[in-house]
Amino acid sequence: MTINKLPTGISGLDHITNGGLPRSRITLVSGSSGSAKTVFACQFLAEGIRQAGENGVFVTFEESPEDIRLNMAGLGWDIRQWEDEGRWLFVDASHQTDDETVMMGDYDLGALLARVQNAVQIIGAQRIAMDSLGALLTRLDNSATVRGELFRIASAIKEMDVTAVMTSERADEYGEIARYNVEEFVADNVVILRNVLEDEKRRRTIEILKFRGTSHAKGEYPFTIVPGQGIVVIPLSAIELKQKSSNTRITSGNSELDLMCGGGFFRDSIVLVSGATGTGKTLMATSFLAGGTTNNERCLLFAFEESRDQLFRNAIGWGVDFEQMEREGLLRVVCVYPETAGLEDHLIRMRETIDEFRPNRVAIDSLSAMERVSTIRGFREFVIGLTSFIKLREIAGLYTSTTPSLLGGTSITEGHISTITDSIILLRYVEIFGEMHRGLAVLKMRGSMHDKNIRKFTIDERGMHIGNPFRNISGILSGNFMYVAPNELDRMQDLFQDDTPLSL
Amino acid sequence: MDNYILKLYITGRTLRTERAIFTLQRLCDENLKERYELLIIDVLEKPHLAEMDKVLATPTLIRELPLPRRRIIGDLSDTQKVLSALGLDTDSAGEIV
Repeated sequence: MTINKLPTGISGLDHITNGGLPRSRITLVSGSSGSAKTVFACQFLAEGIRQAGENGVFVTFEESPEDIRLNMAGLGWDIRQWEDEGRWLFVDASHQTDDETVMMGDYDLGALLARVQNAVQIIGAQRIAMDSLGALLTRLDNSATVRGELFRIASAIKEMDVTAVMTSERADEYGEIARYNVEEFVADNVVILRNVLEDEKRRRTIEILKFRGTSHAKGEYPFTIVPGQGIVVIPLSAIELKQKSSNTRITSGNSELDLMCGGGFFRDSIVLVSGATGTGKTLMATSFLAGGTTNNERCLLFAFEESRDQLFRNAIGWGVDFEQMEREGLLRVVCVYPETAGLEDHLIRMRETIDEFRPNRVAIDSLSAMERVSTIRGFREFVIGLTSFIKLREIAGLYTSTTPSLLGGTSITEGHISTITDSIILLRYVEIFGEMHRGLAVLKMRGSMHDKNIRKFTIDERGMHIGNPFRNISGILSGNFMYVAPNELDRMQDLFQDDTPLSL
Repeated sequence: MDNYILKLYITGRTLRTERAIFTLQRLCDENLKERYELLIIDVLEKPHLAEMDKVLATPTLIRELPLPRRRIIGDLSDTQKVLSALGLDTDSAGEIV
């Protein structure tokens, strides 16, 4: 017999669980304080109601139903209304402070079980959430009894054919599964929620620790909590695998660059443009968008560094009219300051914007600005999450990345994202006898031949113009320039073939 | 003298249940004679009452009157403790152990 799974409807969770939580079983959701256990428990029911038409019973051992209704209203869930519609039912097992309680002798949890069974029957529930085990156990003193009783409740849940989530506290983020050692009795399936402080930043992750007898994705996945939606898990590897790849070429917006790339970018590829400040990255993003709109493609720009006014002014300076493009409905410019939210939240919003606008092209200027507000690991996950999403939608992407030094060098950003992108274009300052020039190189072009020269380029009111390669200088990429004497150059020209000028 | 209203929640008719009922009945007859009312509620038959009183464990004895409301959870085997919890222990009237 194979174990069926119940799709939870929690965004991203069904990816990493390979289809949902084991049906007719209890899944233990364990986490430290503040790790969103109660939100998880509530959302398990809420998504059942909203998406699957499955009713739910919420057994609360900790907060009162009134507190839960109030707290979850902040996420946009109207529990009261679901209760009125007979789709959500509370079993209030929270501590009754107004009564004096004395414990003496043996007892069982028969009343609790009877109430749960009764509630399930009343509304025909298919889901149960219990929050939290720790709150129950601290009130009952006989752990041997409780252990046996939990086992009985677990068996009863299997018999009732309902799928249950039970939350439990843990002391350390990376310690024992749960605090009371009784949880293993009920938990064939364990999900761990973490809320880790890393480089002064909070990072939420979810991990499927075990699913007895069925598969799931391994490791920690970042998640965030979005108003109106609740928990959104960001399944990194899960969506990467589905990428298709296209051989269709699109213009970079610059015909000379198209030639260097062997005929343009690929339609669903991601291009990274790296360079120091002022080398022409924003220009390249602008041309990329302009090139799209001239072919009637929809283009989206996420700007993390410059204001809208400034971007529009820049574009006009290069002969691109963003305002006109917006009026035609072909362009949307979204300016975001990285500091306004965590990376996971940015990612969710960007995904929403992309799905709403449905662009053919997305430019991000600059991606490295996001590095400021994140840990290296979080940043990498952000880039992977964003890239896989863009690829999944078969959108062409262009990211810019600012290098910290003016000459040569790479940034940490690039080290972490260069393997993820399909193509890399370097923009570099080149100093020749006290004069600054700009150089461009196509470093990588996945699945295509490309020009291997480092070419000189200029910028004027019509944009970027790519010219001949630098010939009497080496060490441009590293920033350690070496001048090669003309006679040496002559000798080398005899050894190798001539310069290949770009023919248009 | 106060009148007593007591509710005893049980789950089915098990040995533990029968013992608790027997003990309680005896204590009441000995100490409260004509001035008590005892309701025995089986949660399997009337789960909605358990819901109303927010009972988790069985057996649970609730002293509704006299106030304050008091809950005694367990099989009531220690009669001295039960009497004390019900406030019927003359030596330590109303004391909670």
